[in-house]
Amino acid sequence: MNQIKSLADLQAIKEKMAHKLQLQGDGAGETRVVVGMATCGIAAGARPVLKAVMDKVAEKKLTNVSVTQTGCIGICRLEPIVEILEDGKKTTYVKMDPEKAAKVVEEHLAGHRVVEEFTIGAAEKEE
Amino acid sequence: MVTSLNETKFYAKQQRVALRNCGVINPEDIEEYIARDGYSALCKVLTEWTPEDVIKCISDSGLRGRGGAGFPTGFKWSLSAKTKADVKYVCCNADEGDPGAFMDRSVLEGDPHAVVEAMAIAAYAIGACHGFIYVRAEYPIAVHRLQIAIGQAKEYGLLGEHIFGTDFNFDLEVRLGAGAFVCGEETALMTSIEGKRGEPRPRPPFPSEKGIFGIPTMNNNVETYANVPQIILRGAEWFASMGTETARGTKVFALGGKINNTGLLEIPMGTTLREIVEDIGGGVPDGKKFKAAQMGGPSGGCVPAALIDTPVDYDSLTKIGAMVGSGGLIVMDEDNCMVDIAKFFLEFTVDESCGKCTPCRIGTRRLLEYLNKITSGKATLQDLDDMEQLCLHIKSNSLCGLGQTAPNPVLSTLRYFRDEYVAHITEGRCPAGVCKDLLTFVIDKDKCIGCGNCARNCPVNTIVKTDYVAQGHKLPSYEIKTDKCIKCGACMANCKFGAISKK
Repeated sequence: MNQIKSLADLQAIKEKMAHKLQLQGDGAGETRVVVGMATCGIAAGARPVLKAVMDKVAEKKLTNVSVTQTGCIGICRLEPIVEILEDGKKTTYVKMDPEKAAKVVEEHLAGHRVVEEFTIGAAEKEE
Repeated sequence: MVTSLNETKFYAKQQRVALRNCGVINPEDIEEYIARDGYSALCKVLTEWTPEDVIKCISDSGLRGRGGAGFPTGFKWSLSAKTKADVKYVCCNADEGDPGAFMDRSVLEGDPHAVVEAMAIAAYAIGACHGFIYVRAEYPIAVHRLQIAIGQAKEYGLLGEHIFGTDFNFDLEVRLGAGAFVCGEETALMTSIEGKRGEPRPRPPFPSEKGIFGIPTMNNNVETYANVPQIILRGAEWFASMGTETARGTKVFALGGKINNTGLLEIPMGTTLREIVEDIGGGVPDGKKFKAAQMGGPSGGCVPAALIDTPVDYDSLTKIGAMVGSGGLIVMDEDNCMVDIAKFFLEFTVDESCGKCTPCRIGTRRLLEYLNKITSGKATLQDLDDMEQLCLHIKSNSLCGLGQTAPNPVLSTLRYFRDEYVAHITEGRCPAGVCKDLLTFVIDKDKCIGCGNCARNCPVNTIVKTDYVAQGHKLPSYEIKTDKCIKCGACMANCKFGAISKK
C-alpha cells in the first residue's frame, strides 16, 4: 500500500470502496451483509452466526455479496443481528442463530425474498 | 411490516454523530472508514488550517466533555495549547468503569479510527507529538481493534512522521488499565500510565501543565474525541445547531435496567427523559410503573418519575441533583427499593475507593454502615440526619472526583424518596419488598392445599406441616417458622396456588 499523502489519495480509496459500501445509494454495488460483532453481539452468539452466513454464501456460490463484521448496532435486546443492504434498502434480521442465518442467506440472498418472520418488525410485534 | 431497524421507534428519535459508523463499517478495515470520509478531517486541518483555527472551531461548536464533568472542550484545548513546552501529550480516557455503562466500549469496538483521527487532530491543535489511549484490560475486543486501527493508520502513513506531507508527526500507543474505577479520574489515570499504583493527586498542578511523566498532557474522553472529526468536516455551526443553548450536540447513552429496549442510543442533548424511556426505550416491561432512573452511575443521582419531563442536558440534570455523567442510564420500576439502590452504588464505591484520602476511605465505609443499619431496621431518625451530614463532609473533603461524588446516590434518593428511608426506620418495612431483614414470608393457610412443594424447595427446612385443614381441602396446610427463614423466596416462587406472600 502506498502511503496516503493528500486528499486525492483519500478520494481514490473512497471511490474504490463506494461500490462495496453502497455509498451512491443508487442501487449500484454489491449486496452487503453485516453482522453486529461488538462484545454484546459476540456474547449473544454472533460468531457462529457470522460463520454460518459465510459458509452458506460460499456453498451457494453467491457472487456480488460481501459478508463483514461491524460494531454495535444498538439494540442489544435483539442480538445477534444481521443486516442486509441491497439497492439502497436495509433489512434487519434479529435474534439470529446459525440455522436462521442459513435460511436468510438461502431465501433472501439466493432467492430474493425477505424472510419476514425473522425481521425486527416481527420480533417487536411478538412482544 | 417493519423490516429495517431504521424504521423502528427505537431508532426514530436518534441522531448519530459519535456512533455514525458503529454498526455500519467494518471496524477492522481502515478503507471502510476512509470511504465514510475518514481521515478527511485530519487532512483538512493539516493542510488548510492553523492550530488556532482548530481550537476556534471546537470552541464555537460548544462541545463539552462527554466523560462526565462537561468541561468545555475548546477551552481545555486552548489551555493546553498555551502551555509552553517542547513535548506535550494527548491522552484518551477509555477507562469506562460505571456499572451498566458501555458507550466508550461500543465506540472503540465499532469505530476505533474516529478516536485515532481525533487524537491526531487534537495533537496538532495543541502542539503534541505523542498520544496515549488508556483502556481497561477487560475490554479485549476494543483493545484488539484499537491496535489494528493504529497499525493500519501507521501503514497508510496517517500516523508517524510527515503526515499528509506536512511537518506534523504523531504517534499513538495503547496502555491497559487493570480495571480500577478510580483510574477513570484523570490524575489517577496518568499515574497509572506511568506504571505506578493508580491513585489521584491534588490539582493544581493541572495536567495541562504537568501530566504524564511530568509532561503537559491533555485528556479527553472517547466520545468527546469521536465527535471531533465530524465537527471539523461539517462545521461548528452544524454541531451547535443540535442540542440546547448550554449543551450542544448529541450524547450517547447506555440504556439498561427495567426497560424493554436495552441498548445503545445517541440523542440530541435536551431530549426529555420521557422520550428516552417511553419512546426509544419502549417503556418498562410487564406493565410495571416507572419509578426512577439512575443517571451518571455511582457518581450521579436518580431522577424520579415526577421529573420525567426533565430535558437531558448538563445544567437541567445538575439542578435536580443528578448528572449526565458518562452516559449510563439505569431504569428502575416499582419493585426497586431506593435505599437498596443507594446501598448498591455505595458498596461499589467502598470497594473502589483507592484509600489515599481519609474522607473517602473511611467516610464511604461509615456511610455504608448507616445504610446497612437502615435496611436491617435498626436505624433511628437521628441516623438519617447524621448520614446526611456525613455525605456533605465526604463531598467537600475528598481528594478526587470519586470521593466527591460518592455520596450522590444517597443524597439524591434521600431528596426524592425520603419517605422510603423513613418507612424502613419507623415502620420497620421495606415498601418495595426488597430488603430481606424487613421481610416476612407467610402462607395463607386457607389458600394452601397442602401439596408440600414449598417445604421440599426450602433450602433451610423451615416450612412445616400444621394440623389445620382448610375447608374444601384434603391435606393440612403448611406454615413457615420464621426464626430460621433466610427469606430467599424459593417457597413463593414454587407455590402454584399463590398462597405465599411477602410482607
